[in-house]
Amino acid sequence: MSTHASHKKRSGLMDWLTTVDHKKIGILYLIAGGFFFIIGGIEAMLMRIQLIKPENDFVAAETFNQLLTMHGTTMIFFAAMPLIFAFMNAVVPLQIGARDVAFPFVNALGFWLFFFGGVLLNLSWLLGGAPDAGWTAYAPLSTTSGGPGVDFYVLGIQISGIGTLIGGINFLVTIINMRAPGMTFMRMPLFTWTAFVTSGLILFAFPPLTIGLFMLSFDRVFDANFFNPDNGGNILIWEHIFWIFGHPEVYILILPSFGAISEVVATFSRKRLFGYSAMVFATVLIGFLGFMVWVHHMFTVGLGPVANSIFAVATMAIAVPTGVKIFNWLFTMWGGKIVFSTAMLWAVGFIPTFVMGGVTGVMLAIPSADYQFHDSYFVVAHFHYVIVGGVILGLFAGLYYWYPRMFNRVLNETLGKIHFWTFFIGFHLTFFPQHFLGLMGMPRRVFTYLSGQDLDQLNFISSIGAFLMAIGTIVLLINIIISASKKYAPSSDPWNGRTLEWAIPYPTPEYNFAQTPLVRGLDAFWIEKAAGNKGMTPAEPVGDIHMPNPSILPLFMSIGLFSAALGLIYNTITVTIIGIIATFICMFLRSIIDDHGFHIHKEEVEDDLKGVKE
Amino acid sequence: MHADERLNDANFPKHPEKATLEGKNKFLGFWLFLGGETVLFATLFGTYLGLRHMNMDGPTTEELFKLPTVFLATMLLLTSSLTSVYAVLALKQNRVKSLQGWFFVTLLLGLCFLGLEVYEFNEYVHEGHTFTSSAFGSAFYTLVGFHGGHVAFGCLWIITLLVRNWNRGITLVNAPKYYLFALYWHFVDVVWVFIFTVVYLMGKVG
Ligand code: HEM
Ligand SMILES: [Cu+2]
Repeated sequence: MSTHASHKKRSGLMDWLTTVDHKKIGILYLIAGGFFFIIGGIEAMLMRIQLIKPENDFVAAETFNQLLTMHGTTMIFFAAMPLIFAFMNAVVPLQIGARDVAFPFVNALGFWLFFFGGVLLNLSWLLGGAPDAGWTAYAPLSTTSGGPGVDFYVLGIQISGIGTLIGGINFLVTIINMRAPGMTFMRMPLFTWTAFVTSGLILFAFPPLTIGLFMLSFDRVFDANFFNPDNGGNILIWEHIFWIFGHPEVYILILPSFGAISEVVATFSRKRLFGYSAMVFATVLIGFLGFMVWVHHMFTVGLGPVANSIFAVATMAIAVPTGVKIFNWLFTMWGGKIVFSTAMLWAVGFIPTFVMGGVTGVMLAIPSADYQFHDSYFVVAHFHYVIVGGVILGLFAGLYYWYPRMFNRVLNETLGKIHFWTFFIGFHLTFFPQHFLGLMGMPRRVFTYLSGQDLDQLNFISSIGAFLMAIGTIVLLINIIISASKKYAPSSDPWNGRTLEWAIPYPTPEYNFAQTPLVRGLDAFWIEKAAGNKGMTPAEPVGDIHMPNPSILPLFMSIGLFSAALGLIYNTITVTIIGIIATFICMFLRSIIDDHGFHIHKEEVEDDLKGVKE
Repeated sequence: MHADERLNDANFPKHPEKATLEGKNKFLGFWLFLGGETVLFATLFGTYLGLRHMNMDGPTTEELFKLPTVFLATMLLLTSSLTSVYAVLALKQNRVKSLQGWFFVTLLLGLCFLGLEVYEFNEYVHEGHTFTSSAFGSAFYTLVGFHGGHVAFGCLWIITLLVRNWNRGITLVNAPKYYLFALYWHFVDVVWVFIFTVVYLMGKVG
């Protein structure tokens, strides 16, 4: 311990349970999101095994419905969402030269709410059956589904949704208020830009979901009639609300992936991003248009030709800014000194894959054609091309790229490339044939199909592809385990990076920047390196650094809501009340206990700067 | 100066609620939060508009709503917004006693509003308009009840704030808290104006 250490350090588990450090929260999101990704993957594998041959009886029809619902729900809410939050937490404050996020406590709370929401949802497997109404929970299927499954769905997503919402607000405020001097909006790295727009979408897309889930749970738990036609209810209201949330949700997922791709492509092409301002504009435009197109999920419910046409055109319009992005990535690579690192491989693989998903998207946006495609495997193929081929490939690019920053170690490149090729080939093998399965009439969400309808072969290929993807994922896990046993990487700037996160030494100090950097242009770190400087020019003298205190309250608050939800599901109102009171007590404690954080003293920071190790 | 110190007239900043970075963050974060809340209520309003004629065999909006009661409730809430404005004025002039007094009046008015709402709901239930009687019932109680829940939460909030800071004067830490409460209260009030119009007035004229 240094003589002037200003606060006691917690260690081990307690450190992680109480942390409010955005870098650690990023790691927590990564681990939890990775865990749910594997669960969702196992569910997918079970489905693909069931579908490997016609009239199979590997799982029962009811089980298949549950697997299908849980897979979609888990992947969207508990794998993809937290993984983008992982990178936003790990990277955004560093990229804008901030010491911290705006609301560290809220940030921790956001994580724990997500986590317990996910735990709650998955407990359904053990406690009376998983939800089985699809991830869209269409009424009246969801309102009449027996057993507690859909209650787990509603409450699990509700709890984690609150976490996402407050997380989004935290990032908005962080990015608006806490940028380093000189970091104007038009100098912000693209990943930060996409995180910003995504957070804005979260702010406006999640409240409708919150209300929709409330209504669904009121219908189920308290006999309300929102979606009960016998008593005046209207099921289309659910569809509208769900997709007013649901469509922006896919942009919430894809934009940060776009951001990661932009960083990776620029870094490994050794060029600045082509058309930076067009990229920013396209990001904002996509975010905006994302709210205008939800009805393309409802072309077949009978809203009429006028509504359908308007939303068809709006949907197709999104292809324009998306195209701008694709071309800018290509132009960034054009004439660049491309380094095919693993991260870059993912980025390069992403581009054509995502374009294919986009093309089928435009096909689906034609209402008359959608009457044919609707609820067939063509749709399954389309959204996996955008969600896996877009979001997940982008996140893998981000993972290999930022892993050194998050864990101070690099992942093994050879294993990384094996991971890429197995997953990438597996992906196309799985989902490309599904386009044709759909065109040949195989409906979505069915647990089996008849033989002799020419569906056997393509389904078989699709399942083999899924196995390849699983193998790829296992290789990634091995890679991570191996890296954990390695020493720190030799350099804190392994990729010769352009943005601020690479200007910080290993291991990343808890205060990020000893001195807030002065930003002198786009690609701030690159500018300094090009000018021959060793690091960033500081914008302030070394001084005391103010830090927030760790707290256990976010964890307890989330546990409170978690128990309240369990109480609701099992109609034990006392448990619910106790849970809610516990949460309120935590909120109360948070507001009455003065918590001014602590200071890391100047001397300590100076020692760190000199590299004094204790 | 420590952020926790009682401010005096000499060092009193023009905007104590956003004089520190923490205050600025809270200020902005809360405005954004209210943006989200707006969407939340918009969704409820949309649903209500879709379902308000679905009263099945129960009473219709015309038969149900009693404008005098609702008008009184509206006046109470509007006045409470005004008193919270006075409290914020006092905040900006470092007059603690006056701030506490005005917020106390705000609280009282809020509680009266809630009392009236409970009375109103009770009446309706006796007339056969319940949460489960029809889709209209579900939509009505959810929308109006959500608003009522917001009022109740606001009451708890201001009680906590007042009690905790009773002897503390105005500091750079609690100034944003007072200010945000007032913002919240205005928001809840504005939502009520919409409820008054969309639910009650439109309910009366069909
Ligand atoms: C990793 C390999 C994956 C495989 C093999 C796979 C396989 C499947 C299968 C077989 C279905 C059921 C289709 C049907 O019968 O209608 C499905 C549905 C779905 N998947 Fe995947 N999937 C994978 C990854 C993902 C990922 C990463 C996401 C999202 C981040 C995702 C999101 C969804 C969604 C939203 C559904 C729709 C559920 C519904 O129809 O309600 N999948 N997937
Ligand atoms: Cu959509």
